[in-house]
Amino acid sequence: MESSEAEPSESRPEEDGAAPGSEPQPPDTMEDCLAKKMEITVSEAEKRTGRNAMNMQETYTAYLIETRAVESQNEGQCSPVDSLWRRYSEFELLRNYLLVTYPHIVVPPLPEKRADFVWHKLSADNMDPDFVERRRIGLENFLLRVASHPVLCQDKIFYLFLTQEGGWKEMVNETGFQLKADSRLKALNATFRVKNPDKRFTELKHYSDELQSVISHLLRVRARVADRLYGVYKVHGNYGRVFSEWSAIEKEMGDGLQSAGHHMDVYAASIDDILEEEEHYADQLKEYLFYAEALRAVCRKHELMQYDLEMAAQDLTSKKQQCEELATGTMRTFSLKGMTSKLFGQETPEQREAKIKVLEEQIQEGEEQLKSKNLEGRDFVKSAWADIERFKEQKNRDLKEALISYAVMQISMCKKGIQVWTNAKECFSKM
Amino acid sequence: MSGAAPGAPKPLPSSGPKSLREMPHPLATSSSEEMGPALSPSPELLLPRGAADKDLSLPNGTPVDTSSPASSSSLLNRLQLDDDLDGETRDLFVTVDDPKKHVCTMETYITYRVTTKTTRAEFDLPEYSVRRRYQDFDWLRNKLEESQPTHLIPPLPEKFVVKGVVDRFSEEFVETRRKALDKFLKRITDHPVLSFNEHFNVFLTAKDLNAYKKQGMALLSKMGESVKYVTGGYKLRSRPLEFAAIGEYLDTFSLKLGTIDRIAQRIIKEQLEYLVELREYGPVYSTWGGLEVELSEPLEGVSACIGNCCTALEELSEDMTEDFLPVLREYILYSESMKNVLKKRDQVQAEYEAKLEAVALKKEDRPKVPTDVEKCQDRVECFNADLKADMERWQNNKRQDFRQLLMGMADKNIQYYEKCLTAWESIIPLLQDKPETK
Repeated sequence: MESSEAEPSESRPEEDGAAPGSEPQPPDTMEDCLAKKMEITVSEAEKRTGRNAMNMQETYTAYLIETRAVESQNEGQCSPVDSLWRRYSEFELLRNYLLVTYPHIVVPPLPEKRADFVWHKLSADNMDPDFVERRRIGLENFLLRVASHPVLCQDKIFYLFLTQEGGWKEMVNETGFQLKADSRLKALNATFRVKNPDKRFTELKHYSDELQSVISHLLRVRARVADRLYGVYKVHGNYGRVFSEWSAIEKEMGDGLQSAGHHMDVYAASIDDILEEEEHYADQLKEYLFYAEALRAVCRKHELMQYDLEMAAQDLTSKKQQCEELATGTMRTFSLKGMTSKLFGQETPEQREAKIKVLEEQIQEGEEQLKSKNLEGRDFVKSAWADIERFKEQKNRDLKEALISYAVMQISMCKKGIQVWTNAKECFSKM
Repeated sequence: MSGAAPGAPKPLPSSGPKSLREMPHPLATSSSEEMGPALSPSPELLLPRGAADKDLSLPNGTPVDTSSPASSSSLLNRLQLDDDLDGETRDLFVTVDDPKKHVCTMETYITYRVTTKTTRAEFDLPEYSVRRRYQDFDWLRNKLEESQPTHLIPPLPEKFVVKGVVDRFSEEFVETRRKALDKFLKRITDHPVLSFNEHFNVFLTAKDLNAYKKQGMALLSKMGESVKYVTGGYKLRSRPLEFAAIGEYLDTFSLKLGTIDRIAQRIIKEQLEYLVELREYGPVYSTWGGLEVELSEPLEGVSACIGNCCTALEELSEDMTEDFLPVLREYILYSESMKNVLKKRDQVQAEYEAKLEAVALKKEDRPKVPTDVEKCQDRVECFNADLKADMERWQNNKRQDFRQLLMGMADKNIQYYEKCLTAWESIIPLLQDKPETK
């Protein structure tokens, strides 16, 4: 767990990947973050065809990242725009790198790889233009989130992701971050074996689980609600046709019916825009659905750390016990060793001395290790908790805003509804 | 044992001129066979007596609304308002209410209270209250069709309901039927000829209707018989254009109405399904609110807001089911009645033409047409005149009813959106109220 520096540090790809250099550079203000120094946009998406590693043809979407340095000193001058293309898998690589390198940070999630929780009228196709467009917005949002994060924004690899198209992948891999990725098995062990879990993290993990389940439930139901609402509106469109047909056989009522039918058509058509807009709200919720997973990743990291610590402590205790046994020559408990010594005679004092010496050395080492692990753990908890607090604030702010914009959407839908029906009523009243 | 909770009886309509028509309607007691075309007077030809010499309150003491401009007793006003249905003389008020369930050993049925208030001389008392069941309404309608074959008789709600799909004794069904029966009697009451029908009078007043029912058996369909002998296959020489047009109109009209009925039902179905999802949707926000500290209130707010929208939506679909659909149904049935009358008219004309032809064959030089044939001709003309008047009346009613119905639909939707709008607007401050963040 080398990456658990107390202070967030800048990672240097050129250095030994196993130990990203510790060059403490705490971001003191938000003004320092990259987002303030650089304009970042994902401005375009393009469908491409290429060959993959297996030399098979594949189609993918590439996204154009544009960056421009913001020079606050000389406003008059506009710095040139840098642009480069990245595909989704590169974003994924970047995020994995960040995830491993900054285990104590709630790393912003990527937008979904495949369209999920969509109502049936929307295509779930990866190449669907609407989906690509929503993902473009999501990717841009991801970059902005990283760029405005007090720690992540200072990452070199991230900077290069934005600015250097060629050779970037190789550089990420050189950091050797994959080596540090925890195996699933180990993580699973930790989950079940930690004896003294930190209550705060246990609660946080519980919260992430619940948040994930409630948001996914919400998204599922919302998609169904959207489906039904779509149905209600579209069936009204049938009035449009039948009113117009009916108006043909009526004298005085004809005109009113005809134009009321027109308003029914408008009503039926209005739902498309409404639901398209609502999809943006769903995307905002989805981000937090994935954030729940990021939150859980931090908890998992903490568990792993705690597990390591406990294992080390256990090891130390058992070594101490052995040492004591050897020193006093008494067996506290019945053991195989005791039996063999009884059967084959006692060890020579020299042998015992040597053993005790080795053990004492190990104990010394273990104690130091435990100390550093304790320290490391404390640092981790400190910095992780700081980021979690930051995340919570961000979440409260974002979700409130999302709810407001959702309410505003509903309000505009109601107003549209009132407008259309008022127009229709006007026509009916002339019948 | 009451099948449905009897609401407060509807207040009697008390607007409009209250002038009396002392003279009995000339057609009220006479058989339609004796009716010449000229004998089918429009109500406006009867001079109403001034309201001054009339008790200005209804028999039950309800004060007459004299402030309404329509209640002016001046003849001029009366004539001006003639084409306005509401301006017609109102001296008969019938209400159907208070459904009651009766359980006998043989059958279970619902009776409705039929209350009549009137100043007409044909009635011995100013007020009657009788209980009638659907069968009795059905009897009345048959009697009207028999005795008033040249008129368009308003439809009754469907007699049979699909078993299992509709519970005949459910509160909703009984209420919907009560409204339809009420409408049926009101339409007869408003009719210048039908409202004077003796069977109608009996229906409204008789203590024991069954006695009349048995008595009536002997005189069964006097008019019907004479019509029946004409074979259906006869092709009319010249159906008057306006009736041909009406026939075509009715075909399209009932077709379109059927479509509207289906669309309305489908919308209600979609709305109910939407409601089911919405009912699940709201509480999810509430569950989420339980997880959060700072967001708890906003999320609960959204949940409550969706709950309010649910209530509004429920009201909307209820209104559509209870107020919109029955009117469509009535008009679908109405167009069926209309088609039947048109058929009868064709038959009468056919009978006349057949007789005319027979006469023409007998005597090439026609000095004198037999009285029999003349009578026939009179009947055709009388039928045409009656029907034309009824069609016009129906067209007028239809226009008013649909204007009201569709405006009502628009209103209900506007109200629905307004309720949702209020709900969403009310949570905005809750969402904007940001506690200070350091």
